[in-house]
Amino acid sequence: MLYFSKLRILFITLFSVLFILIASSNLFKFDDNFFDKKINLGLDLQGGSYLLLEIDNEPVIEQKLQNLTTTIRNYFKEKNIKINNIKIDNQNIFFNVTDKNKQSVLDVFQDENSDLNPYYPRFKSHQLEIEDTGLNFKVNFSRQGLIKLKTSSQDQAIEIVRRRVDEVGTNEPNILKRGNNRILVELPGLDDPMRIKSLLGKTANLTFRFVTNDENDRFGVEKLKFENGLEEATVSKRIIISGENLLDAQPKMDTQSNQTIVSFSLDRVGAKRFGKATSTGIGKQLAIVLDGKIISAPVVRDTIASGSGQISGGFTFQTATDLALLLRSGALPAPLEIIEERTVGPDLGQDSINAGMIALAIGFMLVIIFMFVKYKIFGLITNVTLIVNLFILLGILTLFEATLTLPGIAGIILTVGMAVDANVLIFERIKEELKDETNNILAFDGGYTKSRTAILDANITTLLAAIILFFMGSGPVKGFAVTLGVGIFTTLFSVYFIARLFTSIYVSRNKDKEKLI
Amino acid sequence: MIAFNKYYNHFNLLSSVLIVVSLLLLIFKGLNFGIDFKGGTLIELRASDSKINVSSLRDRFNQMDLGDVSVKKFGNETDFLVKFENKDNKKNIIEEIKTNLDKSFGNNYDFRRVENVGPKVSAELLKSGVIAISLSLALMLIYIWIRFEWQFSLGAILALFHDVIVTLGVFSLFSLEINLSIIAAVLTIVGYSMNDTVVIFDRVRENLRKYSDIKIFELTNISINETLSRTIITSATTLLALLAIYFFGGEILKGFSLAMILGVVFGTYSSIYIANTVLVRLRVSQKTVLREDDQK
Repeated sequence: MLYFSKLRILFITLFSVLFILIASSNLFKFDDNFFDKKINLGLDLQGGSYLLLEIDNEPVIEQKLQNLTTTIRNYFKEKNIKINNIKIDNQNIFFNVTDKNKQSVLDVFQDENSDLNPYYPRFKSHQLEIEDTGLNFKVNFSRQGLIKLKTSSQDQAIEIVRRRVDEVGTNEPNILKRGNNRILVELPGLDDPMRIKSLLGKTANLTFRFVTNDENDRFGVEKLKFENGLEEATVSKRIIISGENLLDAQPKMDTQSNQTIVSFSLDRVGAKRFGKATSTGIGKQLAIVLDGKIISAPVVRDTIASGSGQISGGFTFQTATDLALLLRSGALPAPLEIIEERTVGPDLGQDSINAGMIALAIGFMLVIIFMFVKYKIFGLITNVTLIVNLFILLGILTLFEATLTLPGIAGIILTVGMAVDANVLIFERIKEELKDETNNILAFDGGYTKSRTAILDANITTLLAAIILFFMGSGPVKGFAVTLGVGIFTTLFSVYFIARLFTSIYVSRNKDKEKLI
Repeated sequence: MIAFNKYYNHFNLLSSVLIVVSLLLLIFKGLNFGIDFKGGTLIELRASDSKINVSSLRDRFNQMDLGDVSVKKFGNETDFLVKFENKDNKKNIIEEIKTNLDKSFGNNYDFRRVENVGPKVSAELLKSGVIAISLSLALMLIYIWIRFEWQFSLGAILALFHDVIVTLGVFSLFSLEINLSIIAAVLTIVGYSMNDTVVIFDRVRENLRKYSDIKIFELTNISINETLSRTIITSATTLLALLAIYFFGGEILKGFSLAMILGVVFGTYSSIYIANTVLVRLRVSQKTVLREDDQK
């Protein structure tokens, strides 16, 4: 166990030096790309905001079912199959058929190539589930259909969230999917997420619709409240243009009225429709509706054919900027709810770093002194190893650009405390061996060999705990699992290669000395 | 040589009492779950005005109709920790609180940390925490089973349960908060306690092979003594590191390091007085080990 070939010594030295260099790249600036890596600080250390958003898919499902009802109705009409009383109730579509049509309706839903199963060829499953009780049919999304629907609304939502966050311009936001109905947003350096939260909390569904007094409007009407919550107006359900038709939106100062407004420009289709509607609707009130509330309802005075216009509604510059931003980035497919928020101010983060570093330094010093007092020269060897171990650990974290959190720092300190365990096991074993063995070399060799199983068992058990933590833990705790887990490997390396190398050199030079340890 | 085995019965009785008391505490008093597992809102606030203190903050917050509000000092004189349930999961609650506090305290305070965990998320976090601990206990059991004979495996697992239950019992007794980092600490305790037990067991097994004429009662004592200096040194260095975190690592890591310190103390104790006594009570002998060797 004490023999090292020249090649191996070279390898150990190179490996250690390399990682010490990589670790030091956190302190110095290197021009080299390879050494230009840094350990990422977690949000709890650098300050920032962590938001977990959940997509409320209910309205999407409602909407899709609404569309589906129309599709089904038209589909059977085309095929000349009569279905009756189609309606939506409690997120199910119900309809009934006559006895002679029953089989043909069922066939349509089972047919893999029918339009009602749009992705059978791809997913080998039906989008819809059909249940018949006699002549009454109940249609609903299948499990697969629901998953598809959720992932697609998640895909859309994450895109919009990204655009909105980018528009606000925080540095290096991290936006990730979680499950099939959640989005994780990490905003480093942001200590007040109020604005982002309010931006993400809005669906930003914009429509332009005429105010009408005609209760029998062909498209139906609904009563909507104004933004101030006081007044109400009856608005047609017919949508003239919607947010999708917008090309751009900007906050502006209207020089005439001295008001802040949002000016917008429309795409070709939108401009055409807007032009037509404003030419036929002169004198009518056009309601600008955002998320079910009327921002304003100006009277149309002129045909607007230019494809641009403006929204006024008593905005401050801030609210106008936010509205323009929301309109530019587009509407969310479904409302988002913030179900978890963690925000750490940058000064608290700095305090945590300082406290962590002080604890690390003190813990390290205590352990080093203890080991030196207890084992003298071998304590010194352990201590040098401990320092190299710390650098290799930091080097590996740097190489993988791992995220260091406050519990992560605790993990490093704990590694320092536990890293000596393996050395202690070996040294104590050597002491025992020396009781009946006079040959130093043999005693040291025996000490290393006989302590090996205990050391491996001990480290593997800790590693198991770290692995579970890594997969089950979240955020900061994950950082702890990473440092603890990586620490086990670096500890084993430093004990079996570095410390053993030093020990071997020392022992071979003093092989005839008594009471070596 | 210290006669640890003289006290096997005494300490087994003590441990049984500790476990029963801890379980009673856990059942009747329960754990003080933090917002991670209970849901709610936490605000760490730093004041730059001596007018702001626990009672004035409590007054302010109680007027805001937030449900049960707890206000505590956090570390030093100027830092406070405010926690409340946020039952209706109001959206702009933080903004409302800020406006409200501005009225009484002006600009003399600062929110250093805000955490808001919805009821859905907290239920999930609790579930995954429980799964994580159970899973790690199960994995350890399997690992030890593979490495040792079943009697050893049973001893190690009983020692683990003892450590986890008693540590949680202490947390219940003093109403210390259980949050995500405590789960991490408990898992590390599991690893550490196992580590400690394994080292002694390894020696017990080795000695079982070596001596056929020594009874397990004596043999465990010999093994404990042979590994004692290692046990003391490793516990000492680990405790030194943990004490450094406890005293200097800042307020946030206090609970975590305390759980770990308790775990190291109980873990060291249980390796000696629980894991080994199980071997004695199950009358493990040289045959147990040799039979296993034959099978391999």
